[in-house]
Amino acid sequence: MKFDRIDKVLRATVLLLALSAPSAGLAKLTIEITGGAGSGIPIAVVPFKWSGEGSSPEDIGAIVAADLYRSGRFDLKPPSDFLSRPSQESEVRYKDWRLIKAETIVVGAITRSGEDEFDVNFQLLDVYREKIKIGLKFTVSEGQLRQVAHQISDRIFDEMTGIEGAFNTRIAYVTMKQKENGDRLYELMVADSDGHNPQQILQTTNLPVLSPSWSPNGRDLAYVSFADGRSGANVWIQNIESGNRRPVARFDGNASAPAWSPDGRALALTVSSAGNTDIYILQVASLEIRRITKSLAIDTEPAWAPDGSHLVFTSDRSGRPHIYRVNTDGGQIRRLTMEGKENAAASYDPRGERLVLVTNRGKGAGYQIGVFYPSDGRTDVLTKGTLDESPTFSPNGAMILYATKMGREGVLAAVSADGRVRQILKLHEGDVREPAWSASR
Amino acid sequence: MRRFGTIFLALFLGIAISGCAASKKKGGSVEVEDATIGSSTESSSSGIGSEDTTAGEIIILESDDQGDMDDPLGQRVVYFDFDSANLTPEAQMVVEAHAQYLSGNPGMAVVLEGHADERGTREYNLALGERRANSVSEIFQALGVAPDAIRTISYGEERPVSMGQDEGAWSLNRRVEILY
Repeated sequence: MKFDRIDKVLRATVLLLALSAPSAGLAKLTIEITGGAGSGIPIAVVPFKWSGEGSSPEDIGAIVAADLYRSGRFDLKPPSDFLSRPSQESEVRYKDWRLIKAETIVVGAITRSGEDEFDVNFQLLDVYREKIKIGLKFTVSEGQLRQVAHQISDRIFDEMTGIEGAFNTRIAYVTMKQKENGDRLYELMVADSDGHNPQQILQTTNLPVLSPSWSPNGRDLAYVSFADGRSGANVWIQNIESGNRRPVARFDGNASAPAWSPDGRALALTVSSAGNTDIYILQVASLEIRRITKSLAIDTEPAWAPDGSHLVFTSDRSGRPHIYRVNTDGGQIRRLTMEGKENAAASYDPRGERLVLVTNRGKGAGYQIGVFYPSDGRTDVLTKGTLDESPTFSPNGAMILYATKMGREGVLAAVSADGRVRQILKLHEGDVREPAWSASR
Repeated sequence: MRRFGTIFLALFLGIAISGCAASKKKGGSVEVEDATIGSSTESSSSGIGSEDTTAGEIIILESDDQGDMDDPLGQRVVYFDFDSANLTPEAQMVVEAHAQYLSGNPGMAVVLEGHADERGTREYNLALGERRANSVSEIFQALGVAPDAIRTISYGEERPVSMGQDEGAWSLNRRVEILY
């Protein structure tokens, strides 16, 4: 249906929720991208024309180009090859772009239209048909310009690949810095999917933070932490905007590994009591809790099927950790992974067709990220590290974000689901770990 | 004399622990500090971040000075094989010695802190540390330590004592610390 609108300039004024400004002095993630050049859809993103004093507050063209490049599905033509720099269709000489073999070009302009108001115009052009495929106008404040850039990327990705874009989404992760006196400083962070606009959600000293899980509406995070130096691990739910948080589990034992149900009403989690670790489902509103697995083995890391019908989880009931599934009523427990020495931390893609997991193929291979197909039992190993962990699909299933090591340092990496393009997100100082990708903005 | 020092320290820590605070910071962020862990005089160069392990370390240092490492009560940490919660014969001896001491001193409380090396997922390791602490707890209970006097806690792979990425480092991190 949206393809009917080609040729037409859609005028959309987009109201965006203002995010609270990032706290000062926060360590920012830096990004390195490797691989991926020279194949995919040939596209040229022309730097957006700026009309106003000084320079544009955000380089939208560069943000869009980086988004498209990271996805691994585009062959981005370098701006140094461009013969002209149009900012709208009427200025375009299509032969300039045929010469450099760009089949599609992105043009646009940013204009200051008020005190804190900017008009962003963008067009996606088909070079061979000489036609406008998409045209959009946004009117936003300065703080929303990056978000607009990601929305433009989403529209382009959708139009060119037929897959919904997932650039205008957020990620959560944990950072850890060890101070000179030995104290370990943990921060739970939320940022844009490209690592920008980091916001601190929680800070703890010497109390580990792990396993963040987004509520489906993107408003709350569940995570594991420790109330103090005496108590074991517990699961907390925290509202991102207000900062209000509460422990959800009060049992004789520990709770961990929260996973939000697709309808947002329940958490699957792990409860350890007297050394025995099993899977439970907790209703978030009533705190009513139901036991799902009952074994002497370690059962942990539950994750929901997108239709809510069953969970997958890690269990060492066969001796080594492997992936199992269980219906949400506790019935029909079945082992899924048969290959490899160990498999753990599985979660579904949005369609429920693939599982991303941590796999150890044995013979000293260590731990890599794999994609497992329950339909035929095959696993594609996507990464080459030895301590790769915490994989999470992007909301459109096209990318996988995970934690890895560069030397001693913990960094995040994003890999296109075909494994071709890899992006590293790291801190200037300290570890980044435990990524989780939100399904919504 | 050594034992007195330990008890005193444990009491002191018990008080300090109650000082843990959670305060809300502007911008929706929450700040939580384990106030029992200070950067004060006891800060350890090995980077152990737990108040309890700080107590444990002091005792080990004293033991070193006295040259009584042969005394199983002088050993506060027992080590495990990869992905295992089974006690080695040596660990069994240490655990039994502590169990006998504690069952003869009924007023004392003990914390069993389970840890894992960095291999495997963080959540699995949290469960593995719990399982290790529990296997020590079972021996304690079998030898007469009151269940109420035992508390187990797992930090999984989150509090390594050795930062290396080899078997030497990993073997030091797969441990249960016996803290009282």
